[in-house]
Amino acid sequence: MKHTISVLVENQFGAFNRVATMFSGKGFNIHSISIGETETPEVSRMTIVTEGEDKIMEQVVKQLNRLIDTIKVIDLTGQNRVERELALITVFYQKGTRAEIISISDIFRGNVVDINNKTVTLEITGPPDKIDAVVNVLEPFGIKEMARSGTVALKRGEQLKHEKILSEQK
Amino acid sequence: MRTSKQMLSGAEIFFECLKREKVEYIFGYPGGAVLKLYEKLYDVDYLKHILVRHEQGATHMAEGYAKATGKVGVVLVTSGPGATNTVTGIADAYMDSVPIVVFTGQVATHLIGNDAFQEADIVGITRPITKHNFLVRDVNELATIIRKAFFIASTGRPGPVLVDLPKDVINAVCEFEYPEKVELRGYKPTFLGHQNQIKKAAEIIKNAKRPLLYVGGGVIMSNGYRELRLFAKENNLPVTMTLQGLGAFPGTDSQSLGMLGMHGTYWANQAVNNCDVLVSLGARFDDRVTGKVDAFATNAYKIHVDIDPTCIDKNVIVDLPIVGDVKHVLAELAAEMNSPLPLDDWWEQINSWREECPLHYEKNDGKLRTEFILEKLSDKTKGEAVIVSDVGQHQMWVSQYYKFNNPRSHLTSGGLGTMGFSLPASIGAAFGIKDRPVISISGDGGFQMNLQELITAAYNKLPIKFIIINNSFLGMVRQWQELFHAEKYSFTDLSASNPNFVKVGEAFGLKSFSTNSPNDVDSILDEAFSINDGPVLMEFKVVKEDMVFPIIPSGATINEMMTKRLDPKEMV
Repeated sequence: MKHTISVLVENQFGAFNRVATMFSGKGFNIHSISIGETETPEVSRMTIVTEGEDKIMEQVVKQLNRLIDTIKVIDLTGQNRVERELALITVFYQKGTRAEIISISDIFRGNVVDINNKTVTLEITGPPDKIDAVVNVLEPFGIKEMARSGTVALKRGEQLKHEKILSEQK
Repeated sequence: MRTSKQMLSGAEIFFECLKREKVEYIFGYPGGAVLKLYEKLYDVDYLKHILVRHEQGATHMAEGYAKATGKVGVVLVTSGPGATNTVTGIADAYMDSVPIVVFTGQVATHLIGNDAFQEADIVGITRPITKHNFLVRDVNELATIIRKAFFIASTGRPGPVLVDLPKDVINAVCEFEYPEKVELRGYKPTFLGHQNQIKKAAEIIKNAKRPLLYVGGGVIMSNGYRELRLFAKENNLPVTMTLQGLGAFPGTDSQSLGMLGMHGTYWANQAVNNCDVLVSLGARFDDRVTGKVDAFATNAYKIHVDIDPTCIDKNVIVDLPIVGDVKHVLAELAAEMNSPLPLDDWWEQINSWREECPLHYEKNDGKLRTEFILEKLSDKTKGEAVIVSDVGQHQMWVSQYYKFNNPRSHLTSGGLGTMGFSLPASIGAAFGIKDRPVISISGDGGFQMNLQELITAAYNKLPIKFIIINNSFLGMVRQWQELFHAEKYSFTDLSASNPNFVKVGEAFGLKSFSTNSPNDVDSILDEAFSINDGPVLMEFKVVKEDMVFPIIPSGATINEMMTKRLDPKEMV
């Protein structure tokens, strides 16, 4: 089963590396990993999408907690959450297909962010399965290249407030 | 004591911090990147620097010191090769949870990443084998980082911490203030066990018909051996120990079943297999203990006490986890119990297993055997010595035949299985322990892996008894070749290539003995133990082809235990 795990780590040299090293050292899968600053500059949030049996996922969470730079680990799986990913997709177009590609982008509420005489680059955001769907539809046109940000996620509504209160108390 | 807020150099701050951490010994080796530290060290009188001959030796010495005393072992080496040479020792300390702090020199910060002379990314290299590591990038952080390093190494589940010290940081000057408190919001080990869980555990133990305590190194590290003795004795509970747990409970006590696992005793393994409540105390269900996980103690309700939550449910799923310091949990468990358990039937069963298949070796053919030497040694030292074993057959025989009476007396490389551990580790132990004999036992293979450190022992006049169990083979590998690899003795026969160990010993200035006769063992031990102004070396040439029994093959169940060498005639 896929798990989305949110990890608050000290925003300092090597913290990201420690997490990545732990995953490879323990043989855990990583589907995606993204990292950025949070509302508190000295804390970074990593969002890790990983997969494995429940027993393995329990170990993943424990091993993350064990790292000295880890402040908090939240397994968002099964919780009410918002998940988003950003993809930049450069697609080849021919005479007549450009409008079609752009209309596909519109259906998925994407934006055209670059265009030249051969390709068009689309910006698509949404849950990872939506990005997968866009990619599927665009594939027949010929995807030149693609960059996906990996998932970022937060808990929804009240729980977020609660968590914020906790982190403020810290 | 200096007052706070003084301007000091990084090198001065380094030693001020070590002084405040009450460091007695640094095991080290100088080099370019740490010259400034060694310049300052020249005038330091509050700690002693021990010059090693190879940086791996330094890390094992720090381990030996830490394991024997419970204090933090400290290593200081230079950058590049100095740092990379410490890697094996650090990995060893990580696997066996030994508190050491390794300080490595590093090229100046502006040169990092430039492939500078003697540069190695030691922080990157050691990230998976340290509990934590630091690169000090600003002299203002130095004191705080050293404070954190000692704190992290010695608390919770102990482990190695590495601090990388760039040359310019050591030379730089700043105000010195030693932090009173350590602030680590991401590191708060759970110390006290959960009350309800402990109460529940006590209830289950009270109602057990066939309980068993499975004791690991955590009981020794937490100094919980008194609590263990009280708990086991007052409740009449049988105790089996892991390799690292030996000494936590007296080996001579009738309630001790000895070691469990691959080379554990028949009765300890039978007890594990048949118990109805298994209480794991500071042990981690290592594969050398469990064998085939699915068949391990299948009938038992499993209680697991450990300070490291990652150990719980990692290898074996348990019924009742208690995360906490095992010393405290044991004390609270004991308080919940009220009277000795009526376990006569269980004890009768265990004792019948004891009689069914005792430890056994050939005594009547006049040949010298390791087991005989170890029995002599155990008697002679009354189980009071600090035994530092290496890795292999002799190590398993030590665990079977030496009856440890005290904790912190059996120092060995368990998790990583590092050949070459014993010789340097015994040196570290001998610096820490002065009132009991320190005995290093190695095979002829392992002895040669760090034998350069013999001079460190000799120069410092440490009264270590170095014993070489020489069977002219890499014995444990040979044993596996015989049992599992078609008797292809590929590169394990050292008989044609071993040095003359007596001459080696003498070259390093050690009084050295050698024999292949059981009749000489007593007199050699007597003479060796009468020498206390320096180390001695004893080579015992033992039977070549002996194997360690019992053995449960890797990944097998107790039913597949072999208790003796199969006679080809019986196999037909």
